[in-house]
Amino acid sequence: MHAVGVSAGWSPRAIAASIRDIFARREMLDLLVRRDLKARYKDSALGFLWALVRPLVQLAIYYVVLGHFLSAARGIPDFAIFVFTGLTAMGLFQEIAIGGTGSVLANAGLVKKVYMPRELFPLASTGSALFNFGIQLAVLLVATIVAGQIPWHPEILYAVPALLVVLIYGFAFALFFSAMNVYLRDTQYLVEVATMLLFWLSPVVYSWQMVQGIITNEIALDVYTNNPLTLAILGFQRAFWVSGQELAYPSHLALRLGVAIVIGIALLFVSHRVFLRLQGNFAQEL
Amino acid sequence: MSEPTNSYAAGGLPPEVVRVSEVSKRFTVRKDSSLKERVVTLGRAGRRHRQDFWALSDVSVDIRAGDTIGLIGHNGSGKSTLLKVIGGIIQPTSGTVLQRGRIAALLELGAGFHPDLTGRENVYLNASVLGLSREETTASFDEILEFSGIGQFIDTQVKFYSSGMYVRLAFAIAVHTDPDVLLVDEVLAVGDEQFQQKCIDKIKEFQREGRTIIIVSHALDQIESLCDRVVVMNRGRMAYDGLPASAVERFRELLEENGVGEARPTQTSRAAEIERVEVLDSNGQHVSELREGDAFRIRVHVRMIRPIERWALGFSIDTAMGQMALASNTDLLSVVLPPLTESRVVEMTVAEARLNPGSYYINANVSGISEATSHSLMQAAEVDVIGDSRSLGSVAASIHIV
Repeated sequence: MHAVGVSAGWSPRAIAASIRDIFARREMLDLLVRRDLKARYKDSALGFLWALVRPLVQLAIYYVVLGHFLSAARGIPDFAIFVFTGLTAMGLFQEIAIGGTGSVLANAGLVKKVYMPRELFPLASTGSALFNFGIQLAVLLVATIVAGQIPWHPEILYAVPALLVVLIYGFAFALFFSAMNVYLRDTQYLVEVATMLLFWLSPVVYSWQMVQGIITNEIALDVYTNNPLTLAILGFQRAFWVSGQELAYPSHLALRLGVAIVIGIALLFVSHRVFLRLQGNFAQEL
Repeated sequence: MSEPTNSYAAGGLPPEVVRVSEVSKRFTVRKDSSLKERVVTLGRAGRRHRQDFWALSDVSVDIRAGDTIGLIGHNGSGKSTLLKVIGGIIQPTSGTVLQRGRIAALLELGAGFHPDLTGRENVYLNASVLGLSREETTASFDEILEFSGIGQFIDTQVKFYSSGMYVRLAFAIAVHTDPDVLLVDEVLAVGDEQFQQKCIDKIKEFQREGRTIIIVSHALDQIESLCDRVVVMNRGRMAYDGLPASAVERFRELLEENGVGEARPTQTSRAAEIERVEVLDSNGQHVSELREGDAFRIRVHVRMIRPIERWALGFSIDTAMGQMALASNTDLLSVVLPPLTESRVVEMTVAEARLNPGSYYINANVSGISEATSHSLMQAAEVDVIGDSRSLGSVAASIHIV
């Protein structure tokens, strides 16, 4: 006989059991992701193309307004590719964080009536965010080909740890706040504000090199740079923004990304435990 | 558990499939749920905004393979909470629940249907929620489709389904998930009669296959006819665990103790009430005992609160187990009662009814036709039928071997 539900204990066995439980439901995860995507674009004529409209409009606005009216593009070669690289990475994080936070609440009907590992809901949001990210990435690659700046260089490998950082932090964020959101509905608005703040804290529409020129204090610059999202954005830029390779980057970017991943896994672990602690009462709080 | 069977090693009890040990569940009722309120009522003041409520206290039950268990109790007695704890939907505050095999919960048909997806897509999603793999779903897809009777509409978005189609499809999925333990919460109360019969048939089939079924229901006759063991819940505790007939009796006692079932002013604007019911013999004498086959009269005292233009009156006779033995009303009798302008008495004679010996309860109900009002008085009178019938059930008969 085995225990019903999940244990929120810290023992390696309890942790392994909860992960096994999720893994056993991977088919369902797949269906949930498909449901999210299908339902979102079901009755629209353009369907998945809409996934592209928002980032492209954003790109146009930043390119024209920030880049040219406010002259942020000065000193940044291929400004359009630079901005789109950052937007793609940041968009992934925002979608995971905001979508994930609302996911448990959005599936209240299921949570209240059937048992399943509830981590599946933020995981499914992560999955559908990854799908949209894939589309944007494809557009980005096409754009680099059109611009003749194909990222076929060793630095493309930066994309791997950078993507991992976004996924790990995004999911840890989503897990923690999706559970909080069940108890306190203010959480979703808080998360929206926080992701906006994180967007402007990272070198998406301005370059890290500009910041380097303004923040002269070494420690302050390090604090700014070691924001995991900043590191991830920088990683993406190294990977996909070919014309910016000669510019100055923070030292040991790969090492910093590695450290961020290790810390991120620890954070993910803690937020998963918190999630498990809180999920026992989901059914009655919803 | 992959081959459900009723035969076990000689003399041995069937294996346990669910073990609930000393489970308690505390609900905290809060009166504040936004951040502002939470901050304002932080600390000691916050505790005044909280109220603890034990939905379950110290409940232990062992359930063995092949059992069909009914959970009964009045509203808020903790029966649904217990079912949810067994299903893993709610974590108990203390105590443990152990389980073996696949549990399928029929807590709400169609939980997790997405209105924008087609029936087919929802079948896969819902089956997966209930624990089926994609291959298993594909394998039983035709059967599900057949059972549901949805036909070509399977590729239509479920938001265009009628509620009947919705429920049929959901039930079809649920019963095809091949569960070892089936949890059923009041779902038998939905749908039309034909559909309900289908549900009951399926449950009986599950019983024959030796699966374990746990049912929560308010329909005592259903519980009595389906279950072989009934647990009565009262204020979060187990009040009784045993044979259905005695459990139902215990439940009735509890209802009386709690004052449920007596005439209570639940709706102050009610136009009429059943005051009391008397049973008389054919000579008009009060009786508490009748001989089998005797004609008798039921006298219903109706109290008028407000005049009603058109109204109807009904009665029912229940066995001590709560199963209906006989019922009728002025509608069925095609009787039009004169407008109710004052409190009055309605008398009905019942002849040629041959109730089997035993005790019976008489319920009466008054309802408005020209305006919506209704009142029932349950167990308004009790009558014992005596005789020497040699049959079981609620009908007596002369039976001879030919």
